[in-house]
Parts: sequence; structure tokens; C-alpha cells
Amino acid sequence: MHQHRLGTDQRSDGRHGDDRTRRLVASVRRAVAATAAATGRAWDAFAPVASAAARTGWHGARSAGEAIAAASRAAAERLSSARKAGPPLVLVLASRNLFHDRVRLVTTVIGIVFSVILVTVQIGLFLGFERMVTTMVDHAEADLWIVPRGTRNFEDPSLLDERQRFRALSVGGVAAVAPLVLGFAEWRRPDGGSTPVFVVGSDPRGGGLAPWNVVAGRADDLAAPFAVAVDRSYADRLGVRGVGDAGEIRDQKARIVAVTAGIRSFTTTPYVFAGFDRARAYLGTPTDRATYFLVRLAPGADIDRVRAQIAENLADAEVLTGAAFRERSRSFWLFGTGAGAALFGGALLGIVVGTVIVAQTLYSSTKDHIAEFATLRAIGSSTRYIVEVILWQALLSALVGFALATAAGLAVVAATTDSALPVVMTPTLVLGLLVLTIAMCAVSAVAAIREVVRIDPATVLAR
Amino acid sequence: MTAPVVEGLAIEKTLGEGAGRVAALRGVSLTLTGGALTLLMGPSGSGKTTLLSILGGMLTPTRGTVRLRGETTTGAGPEALAALRRRHVGFVFQSYHLFPTLTALENVQLVLDVRGERTPEARERAAAALATVGLTHKLASFPRELSGGEQQRVAIARAVVGRPAVILADEPTASLDGDNGQAIMTVLAEIARDPERAVLVVTHDPRTLPFADRVVRIEDGRIVAEEPGPRRAASGPPTAPIDSEVRPHAS
Ligand SMILES: Nc1ncnc2c1ncn2[C@@H]1O[C@H](COP(=O)(O)OP(=O)(O)O)[C@@H](O)[C@H]1O
Ligand SMILES: [Mg+2]
Repeated sequence: MHQHRLGTDQRSDGRHGDDRTRRLVASVRRAVAATAAATGRAWDAFAPVASAAARTGWHGARSAGEAIAAASRAAAERLSSARKAGPPLVLVLASRNLFHDRVRLVTTVIGIVFSVILVTVQIGLFLGFERMVTTMVDHAEADLWIVPRGTRNFEDPSLLDERQRFRALSVGGVAAVAPLVLGFAEWRRPDGGSTPVFVVGSDPRGGGLAPWNVVAGRADDLAAPFAVAVDRSYADRLGVRGVGDAGEIRDQKARIVAVTAGIRSFTTTPYVFAGFDRARAYLGTPTDRATYFLVRLAPGADIDRVRAQIAENLADAEVLTGAAFRERSRSFWLFGTGAGAALFGGALLGIVVGTVIVAQTLYSSTKDHIAEFATLRAIGSSTRYIVEVILWQALLSALVGFALATAAGLAVVAATTDSALPVVMTPTLVLGLLVLTIAMCAVSAVAAIREVVRIDPATVLAR
Repeated sequence: MTAPVVEGLAIEKTLGEGAGRVAALRGVSLTLTGGALTLLMGPSGSGKTTLLSILGGMLTPTRGTVRLRGETTTGAGPEALAALRRRHVGFVFQSYHLFPTLTALENVQLVLDVRGERTPEARERAAAALATVGLTHKLASFPRELSGGEQQRVAIARAVVGRPAVILADEPTASLDGDNGQAIMTVLAEIARDPERAVLVVTHDPRTLPFADRVVRIEDGRIVAEEPGPRRAASGPPTAPIDSEVRPHAS
């Protein structure tokens, strides 16, 4: 008997273009058609369940349960009958219209892919940037941070007095207070050249900020004389190959005892980890000074109460929770510097450009098929049915474009993992992009829809 | 005599604007009853297409009333008119107007889909309608794979599958050669045997005359003559079915 031919129509202009493209287009088309058909069927089957659930929502659990069970049986029946009836024709029509003109399909998909990738990269950069600017705060073992008053971000070092550390230690509920010292310094490479670095000094065993993701050597060895840890991605900049090599900071030896992976700074200045006293020596910080104090609480201590008490004891310093310090760094870099606005502006531009391209191709496709839409109208189709065809066309384009763009996005993520600004993709971002792509295509359909609702069916007879 | 299926009363229609204004219909009354094939003949520009569009609810008359199975089109908006067409009218066009990206079966099924009929039975009915026009072996063919005569037969299957009260055909044989034209008229005449269904064929092809139960002549927007057609006189199909697969439309 007859089999539905969705996605197997390979005749039209098959002579043009090479075989590979044709096969590729055909297989994409089959995949889309299958997805579309499955979506349609699933919805057909699900709709009665949803409406039964809605109808019986307030009528007690038992009758609702029965109704849902009945609706589920009906749904199962509908599903099997829908399979026999073939895919919904709206969908068939939409996907055939879509694949009828390959040049336009490619344009549409490129438009969507371009736009989604642009948005992905911009938001991915934003996320990567966000993650990077708070990475030090995230990795410190601190319940509370004592920071110089007015500190705007982690890399904004001014100095605290060592006496403040003892005042903090005297507060009940405080288990430990570890000093941290930070600052820019000049690294002299073994070959004689030099490069600026950002020194992070804390005692590895004192519960401060030890290097993480160690891939060679040991973080504990930072206690050894003139020991430092660096990230492997900066090896070339620092002129070293690995553990055992050495450079100089302030004419003092800096021997690499540990190598990390992925501790990168968005300022592109390499981080150099050292023990607290060693770092003070590299930075020339007076012995009674530190940049931050990292407070750890005793088990069961009330963080808000402890925070208030330390703050009361200290002048010229603020006491922040990790979350508050992270938020302060984040908003400084993202919004204080305009970096966030630039990234969001780029994302917005991507959305606008994508919408315009998709709107343009959908509109011209609709214009091309206007005689068919007029025929649909002549045979009595409602406006809603016609709008459905166009929206399905938009949705199918969105799904194809989104799939390709996500694949490309993952490639960008892989390619930038070790770069100064890695693009980050989270499941939430992917889901958000899917919603965004669909919304973008739906908005793009507006112009086409405005065109079809104005069709005069009588034009069919004039042709 | 069966009940009137379509009634047009004192229809006037003005088309165009400004200098291009044309009184396309100047007071036409025409009633179509079930079980009859009516030919509407007249010179080019006489208002045939305009009358067909108005009777089929594609256009509303400037003056006068149209009733489809008793429902008036007066005051109906575009959506209500579409609903009337969906329920009561099947159209056949000179240039077929099939959907090029749909198969013959899908083209026919579309009419039912538009009416919300999406069951396996709907698919079977579409296949049955194609069987009545002798196209059982072409269900999966696309319009471009069909001859003109076959395409027009698909269009007829599409027009009848929803079992409308009236089939309106505007010059259905004009794009076809003699044999194919004969075949199309044979199918339309078969449909008109159903007492529930009226068929109106606009034409100026004299070869269609033998199929008519009634002939209406229109000139310059007015009906000028009305007479029984040869078929009513002979009370039987003038020719044998075009091929063995053509059967009376299942009722
Ligand atoms: N949309 C229109 N605007 C203006 N005049 C029209 C329009 N459609 C048809 N006409 C005119 O109305 C008259 C009747 O046209 P029509 O019904 O198409 O005639 P027929 O089908 O008998 O050839 C003709 O004079 C034609 O030029
Ligand atoms: Mg005409």
C-alpha cells in the first residue's frame, strides 16, 4: 500500500549540485521530517491528557486520576491511529515548502546558525568571563573575607594591618584567620627577558588559597624555599618548561614546584602562586601587612553574628561573605567596566540580524507559495490553519538551525578552553538558546503571516 | 424535484474602482438543485467567473443574496465565508491549482485535514475519491509526474472528497485536449447523479454540451437564456466511462 513520502522527495532539481550535498540535504530533510512528524504525533496524543488534566484539576484526586487514565488510553489510541493516518498534513506542507527551495533553506539555516552562534559566543564569553573574574574567590577556603575598605574586586590590592588579624581571631566562633597577599611583580625569564605576573601568596597549609588542578609537582612543596606554582598555559610566557625550571622575581629565585591546568586570568597576566612570606618578599610588602584575611568559622558558629562582631572590631576594613565578595568582583568587571554591556550588545545584535534574515527568507518563501496559500483559503481553510503552516516552517527552520549552531558552539567551546577567554556553555544556556531560537523564528514569521492573512481566495480563479 | 442546494437571488456585483469600475453582474438569479449538472456558457468577460465566485462564497455580492444549503453569505466575514466553503463547496479550477509539493493522495486529504479530519478513515476516503476518478495507481505521484488530465482528475477528487453540496468548476476542460476533456466531463456528470449534489460547470467549450442537464447562457452580466441540456433529454450518460476504474462516486 501507499507509504507516506515525507522526506523522500528527491526529484526536484536533483540534477544540480553535487551528489554529496544532495545526500546531505536529503538526510537532514529526513531527520527533520521524522522529528516533525514525531512532535506532531506526540502532541496529538498528549493534548487530550493535558486538557483532561486541566478540566478535572479541581474535581478531586480520584476523578482526576480516572479522567487522566481514560485520556491516556484515548491518547494511546490516537497515537496509533495518528500513525496510520500519516504525519499531520500541516507539517508535511510546511516541511515540503521549506525543502522545496534549497537555496532559501540554506540561507535561512545560515541566518539562524550565524545568529545563534553569535549569541552563544557572546553569552558564552560572558559566562566564561564571569567565571574567571570570581575564580580566585571561588577557590579560597574562606567563610568570611576581611578586605580593605572600598575594595572593588579581587585584583584591587591595598593592604591591611596584621593586628586586624589578631582582632578577628579574638572573636568567638572564629576557628582560623589566614593571611593572603597579592600584587603585580616582574618575572625574569631564564633567557633574560621579563614579563609582568600577578603574585598570589598564602600558606598552603594555613587554609588560604592554594593552587588547584595541580597536574605536575605538589602544591604542598610551596613551603620549600623560593618555591612557586604556575599554570601550564603560561609556560611559554614565563620561559619555563615545567617543574624544576626557575625564573626570578625581584632578583630572588622562583623555582617551579607545581604546575596547574586552567588557572587563567582574564587580564592575561599569569598568576604565580607562592607561600605567604615568599610572596611578601617577591612583592616587597612590609612584614606586618597582608592584602586580605581569610576567616574560617568554628563548626556551628553563626556566620552573620560572627561577621557583625568582626566588623565591629575593625576600622578601615570590611567583612564580606564569599558570595558578597564574588558579587562585588563580578559586578565591577561586568558592569563597572562595560565589558558586560559589550557582550550583551553583541548578543542583541546577533538576535536582530538573525531575526531579520529569517524573516526575510520566510517572507519571500511565503510570497513564492502565495498561490498555494490562496488555494488553501479557497478550499475553505481557516486563517489559523495557514498560520500553522507558516509557524511550522519557522519552527522546523529553528530546529535545524539550532542543531547546527549548537554543534558549532560546542566546537568553539572546545577550541577556546585553554584561551585567555574561554567560551562557556551550560545546559541552561543551551536550553535558553533553544527557546530564543524558536522565539526568534516565531517573530520572524510575523511578516509572512501578515501577508497570508490578507490573501483574497478569489485570485485563484483569476489565474 | 430535490431541494435547492445553492440559491442566488438578484445578484449584482461591481468590480474594480474609479475608471476601471465594471458592473460584472447586473441582477442574476440562479438556483442549483441536487442531481443536476448545469453548464454556464457565455462569451469571455460576460461574468461567468464572477458569478461562480459569488455562488461559492469566494466573493460577496454588491446586492442580492446567496444561500448555500440555506445559509446566507450576506454579512459573513472572511472566516465565516471560509467555513461555508469548507462545508458546502468544492472548487475545480482551469489551471488545477494542486499543491506541487504534495502527492495526489495528500492533495485530496488536505481538504479533510483543513476540516479537522485527521483519522486513518480520512486517508482512506481520500484514496477512495481518487479511485472514483481512476487514479488508484497514482496515489503517491506528485502533480509534476501527472498529465494535465490526471491533475484535473486529482482536483476533482479533491473537490468531492468532503462531500460538498455543490461542485463549482471554472473552465475545467479549457487546458485539456478533447479526450481528457471528455473524461473530466464524464466524471463530473457522474458526480451530478447524486441527488444531494449540484454541479455547475463554467465553459465555452461546445463539446461539453452533451453532459448538461441544463444550460444557462450569460451575456454582459445578465442571464439571457436557460434551457434543458441534452443529458436531461436523453436521461443517461452520453458516453461510456473513460476507463474501467471510473465508478460512480460512493455515497
Ligand atoms: N478584479 C477585477 N477588477 C475589475 N474588473 C474585473 C475584475 N475581475 C473581473 N473583472 C471584469 O468583470 C467582468 C466579468 O469578468 P469575469 O467574471 O471574469 O468574466 P468571464 O469569466 O465570463 O470571462 C469583465 O469585464 C472583467 O474584466
Ligand atoms: Mg472566467
